[in-house]
Amino acid sequence: MKPKIGIFDFSGCEGCQLTVLSLEDELLDLLGAVEIVNFREAMTERSDDYAIAFVEGTITREGEVERLKGIRERAKILVALGSCAAIGGINCLKNFHNLEEVRHIVYGDKADYFETFAARPLKAVVPVDYAIYGCPIPKQEFLEVAKALLLAKKPNIPNYAVCVECKLAENICVFDKGMTCLGPVTRAGCRAICPTYGNKCEGCRGLVDQPNINSHKEVLRERGLTVEEVLAQFRMFGGCLEGIK
Amino acid sequence: MRDLTINIHHVTRVEGHGNIKVNIKNGVIEELNLEIVESPRFFEAMLRGRRWDEAAHITSRICGICAVGHTTTSLRATEAAFGLEPSEQTVLLRKLIFNGEMMQSHILHFYFLVAPDFFGMGSVIPLASSHPAVVQRALRLKKLANDVCAVVGGRHIHPISMVVNGFTRIPKPSELREMRQHLVDAWPDLQATVDLFSTLSIPDFERQTEYVSLTNTKEYAFYDGVIASGDGGTIPVSGYKDKIKESVVPHSTAKHASATRESYMVGALSRVNNNYEQLLPKAKEAARALGLKVPCYNPFMISIAQLVETIHCLEDSINIIDSLLSKGLKEEDTRVQIRAGTGVGACEVPRGTLYHEYTFDEQGLITAANLIIPTAQNVANIERDFRSIVPTLLDRPKEEIALTLEMLVRAYDPCISCSVHLLNVEFV
Ligand code: SF4
Ligand code: SF4
Ligand code: SF4
Repeated sequence: MKPKIGIFDFSGCEGCQLTVLSLEDELLDLLGAVEIVNFREAMTERSDDYAIAFVEGTITREGEVERLKGIRERAKILVALGSCAAIGGINCLKNFHNLEEVRHIVYGDKADYFETFAARPLKAVVPVDYAIYGCPIPKQEFLEVAKALLLAKKPNIPNYAVCVECKLAENICVFDKGMTCLGPVTRAGCRAICPTYGNKCEGCRGLVDQPNINSHKEVLRERGLTVEEVLAQFRMFGGCLEGIK
Repeated sequence: MRDLTINIHHVTRVEGHGNIKVNIKNGVIEELNLEIVESPRFFEAMLRGRRWDEAAHITSRICGICAVGHTTTSLRATEAAFGLEPSEQTVLLRKLIFNGEMMQSHILHFYFLVAPDFFGMGSVIPLASSHPAVVQRALRLKKLANDVCAVVGGRHIHPISMVVNGFTRIPKPSELREMRQHLVDAWPDLQATVDLFSTLSIPDFERQTEYVSLTNTKEYAFYDGVIASGDGGTIPVSGYKDKIKESVVPHSTAKHASATRESYMVGALSRVNNNYEQLLPKAKEAARALGLKVPCYNPFMISIAQLVETIHCLEDSINIIDSLLSKGLKEEDTRVQIRAGTGVGACEVPRGTLYHEYTFDEQGLITAANLIIPTAQNVANIERDFRSIVPTLLDRPKEEIALTLEMLVRAYDPCISCSVHLLNVEFV
């Protein structure tokens, strides 16, 4: 019997699910190997019987907690799909504002209709078995993790810095172009795609496990950034990470 | 007289979470709602205090489907605030990646989200075994559109190299030549798509509304233009607040938009209605083959309008590449002079007119932001369509009514995750 898979979403941009739909070359093979039983963005049928749940998005309100717990109970393996789910990602920017004020900025005197709480990654609510990082996830990484899980192997998630991949790609370091970069402390796996396209790494994949944040903060400060600016850079995607909050 | 309750929880094959609620007692409509129950993400507040050069990368994360649209509109708002005029090369490259996203979003919508309804299926997945040639064609076209985005911006979802006043990487001429060939090779697939869609029987329903889109004297407006209404008149983008009234509706979490009438429509059908004459020749030919005559008042024809636009975008992309190659591509200086001020950007993204407005302080930090998203402009109109179509369906089985309403919502291609502010909509 083919393993049953569900794809679920909370607060996010649906870009990670869309990446799965954008596996144009591999989608038909993938559909041959698994049975997708729940994928609201793409299909009408729904079932609660699945072995692997890929979950996109950040938890941002009380009502979502129960739904996530239900998914956790039903799935044998729960995979956080993308940085919103894995580390909180861009949604954590909200946490640096007074939540009352945030609601009023957007909804004015009707703010009371909208409940919200501090954004948090999935693992702050339920145990998460594996995470695919990135905003959005790289296609290759999704395929690698999906394959490993289907073969009941432990997926190999890189734990070295983006700089390693950047050097392999033979990029000119953006520091040499006068920009600043979070590559030295950010978890690799994206093949350093941003420096490859001439931009800096903004740290969308979160930190490597033992990042030397302090020394990197020093590097950024030497480049003329203030403490505030350094923190702001780390907070773009990493606002829910320990040491950056 | 009939009682009827329909409760569709989380409409499928749309971006984001929405519910349809119908409650009819004795043939009288008591409740007919499209509720948008997506969690609010508060981008306007999250932008406060962030740097000018981060706005595009932050707002891109509003929506994976129209990431290029948000990025472009955001860059244009920042450029307007700083008084910048990007180079001709920058504008051409932006229009090219914009076409890529328009095609990718439209193809995803009419093949993956809408077509299964016409084959009586719940998704594209069973279609892969019953109609493999159709699904393979859909995947080929979608990949082509994604590749256009990747060549210009590094990737489609959250493009990398698009920045204020230019690009951090310029595509190589060889990449553009290769892309041009792929585009030319795609004509037969598009022709086959037109043939397929001209056989589908689109529900016969009309309700005239106000059609709003950008318009531009030089070309079919996507990247640039003034705001035009099918009811007549144009206003500059910077005056958008005079045209669009945004309000928070009591007992709804929606910001609700209206213009001249109670509701208006944005998106492919509005654009085709307002700017038909400027479609490129192959697109007009397809419109004729598909039976799309303007003005068209049938919202189910939005998918057909999207197909016509896809053909326009393919033709336009080939023209842009020719123009870039003949002018020669060069690295450009993207450095800018920051200044305090406010700027508005507006573009026609796949689902309609998107507005970004930012105010910056002297350091280039954002002090205020306002974003108006196409779906937020369409929800009121969808609900008006509900009210007009339901009474014509009351003698049909409940399942058929439910399916028709779902198809109607899907026709608008609502991008609920995109409705940022976000938006629980309940129209009472
Ligand atoms: S991680 Fe990024 S791409 Fe994925 S859902 Fe979140 S915002 Fe979208
Ligand atoms: S560009 Fe960034 S990721 Fe690449 S080597 Fe330099 S610091 Fe590292
Ligand atoms: S280079 Fe950095 S910002 Fe870009 S995808 Fe990789 S981790 Fe994310």
